[in-house]
Amino acid sequence: MGQTFAEQILGHASGRSDVQAGDMVVVNVDLVMMHDSLSPSIIETLHNELGAERVWDRDKVAVVIDHVAPAATVRQAEQQQQVRRWVAQQGISHLFDVGRGISHPVLIEEGLVQPGMLVIGSDSHSTGYGAAAAFGSGMGTTDIALALATGQTWFRVPETVRVNAVGNFQPGVSVKDFGLWAARTLRADGATYQSVEWHGVDFLSWRERMTLATLSIEVGAKAGIVAPTGLGAEHPVPEWLRVEADASYSRVVECDLSTLEPQVSVPHYVDNVVDLADVGRVAVDVVYLGTCTNGHYEDMAAAASILKGRRLAPNVRMIVVPASSESLHRAASDGTLATLLAAGATIGTPGCGACIGRHMGVLAPDEVCVFTGNRNFRGRMGSPGANIYLASPEVAAATAVTGYITHPRNVLDSTEQAVFA
Amino acid sequence: MPRIWVFGNDVNTDQMVPGRYAPYMLGANDDVRRYAFIEARPDFAPNVEPGDLIIAGPNFGCGSSREYAPLALKRCGVGAIIAPLFARIFFRNALNLGIPCFTTDIREQVADGDLVDFDLAAGLITNNANQIQLPPPEGWMREVWAEGGIVPFYRRHGRFPATGA
Repeated sequence: MGQTFAEQILGHASGRSDVQAGDMVVVNVDLVMMHDSLSPSIIETLHNELGAERVWDRDKVAVVIDHVAPAATVRQAEQQQQVRRWVAQQGISHLFDVGRGISHPVLIEEGLVQPGMLVIGSDSHSTGYGAAAAFGSGMGTTDIALALATGQTWFRVPETVRVNAVGNFQPGVSVKDFGLWAARTLRADGATYQSVEWHGVDFLSWRERMTLATLSIEVGAKAGIVAPTGLGAEHPVPEWLRVEADASYSRVVECDLSTLEPQVSVPHYVDNVVDLADVGRVAVDVVYLGTCTNGHYEDMAAAASILKGRRLAPNVRMIVVPASSESLHRAASDGTLATLLAAGATIGTPGCGACIGRHMGVLAPDEVCVFTGNRNFRGRMGSPGANIYLASPEVAAATAVTGYITHPRNVLDSTEQAVFA
Repeated sequence: MPRIWVFGNDVNTDQMVPGRYAPYMLGANDDVRRYAFIEARPDFAPNVEPGDLIIAGPNFGCGSSREYAPLALKRCGVGAIIAPLFARIFFRNALNLGIPCFTTDIREQVADGDLVDFDLAAGLITNNANQIQLPPPEGWMREVWAEGGIVPFYRRHGRFPATGA
């Protein structure tokens, strides 16, 4: 009987090669990620409740200041200062401070996350490590503190939903549309307690794969692993990690990418997904390009390809918050950033930005935002009166040009469409 | 008597405690308890009493890993949460904090505002003459609840739940 990626990785991490869905396992973790928002409570739990003096392995802990970066208030600045002091006192090797970016892309860029690893993080979008074929899973304060103390955690080995793509995208359609299609198909609880495997996207870079891996939590998944094959499989894959033909899946769904239309998630649930054509005419105040889901170099470049030579519509603000300094640097080096600025967009410090509704572009009541991120919950980006529509960077850019939610093909002329393809 | 608070489907952690009200964002002595459902249901935090029960639809607690969401409910004294399906991270966080969660659907048998009797050990809700038997939790969950959460459980047993003695 073959194994899924989740069974292979949890088997490897638990030292039990034969694990199957439903087994309970204790695993050694390869990396623990903690960010500024929850680090104060994690440190408190580690020392004061668990009574541990030190983290189990100072080289396997990554601390990232990304949730409110740079600090917006004195109180956050003080808490970040305390986290930095704790990192120094513990001798922790990996601190990624203000401006380096969001933990999920940064830890892959830094080579800390590799295929087959077991990574846990104090952030639900830690499924994003599946972009590099790691088993990434989000946990809360107490589970992270326990892992810091022991180097271990426990899992019920999940069943797996397999999502197969065939074909390739039409112009103006991209991986975000595939991810939203999956949310539409599986629904918000369609993979709860399970893992998701993404197959058939060999042509995607690892950053594009992160769109799928981070959206896996939006269907409830414990982990979301993209098959480590093709273009984006830049990282060495251990010999024990492979697609096994007779692995058992709880469900298999298939998407023909060549017939996929732009997808839009309408307020206030991620799985409220419709074809863009069915959204109607929705006027927009803010276009927000960012997050671990779609704030990468590729996403900025896709937006720039539409915004080149164009200007934002009157009364539209476009806020771009790169997912990492590496993505920002690439965009600055090849003219992508200049194109976005020339169109009238503004750029924020790499990090989570307004995705959690805390700073750098929070929304007012009744404002409408087209957001390339991963959650459109009521109140997510600020006022509970705001309306958030999730869409691809291409749709976001086309919307910025017209001022209402727009298919990219309605902005590009036919020559550009040929190039765009 | 415990009061029943009924919630809908797909209640997410942004509804429970919006990110703007995280302890990270508050003053050092501001208790997250005050912000439980502050926008989704503003009458909850001022009126909830220790022992009250939350009854909800499927996918309760979806979204973020923020443990301060179930922590706010714990600080409000919520006696148990009963829903047909819990989101995974929330379920684990609630278990770790020692908040009993029962996976079953009893929305047809209670109404918001009902005053009931609740016997946690027996898993029995008595709503007037109507007795609602909750499905027994797995033994390892009950062990964690009995210790008051995963930290005291781990400190006593030196192991994770359901992973052998």
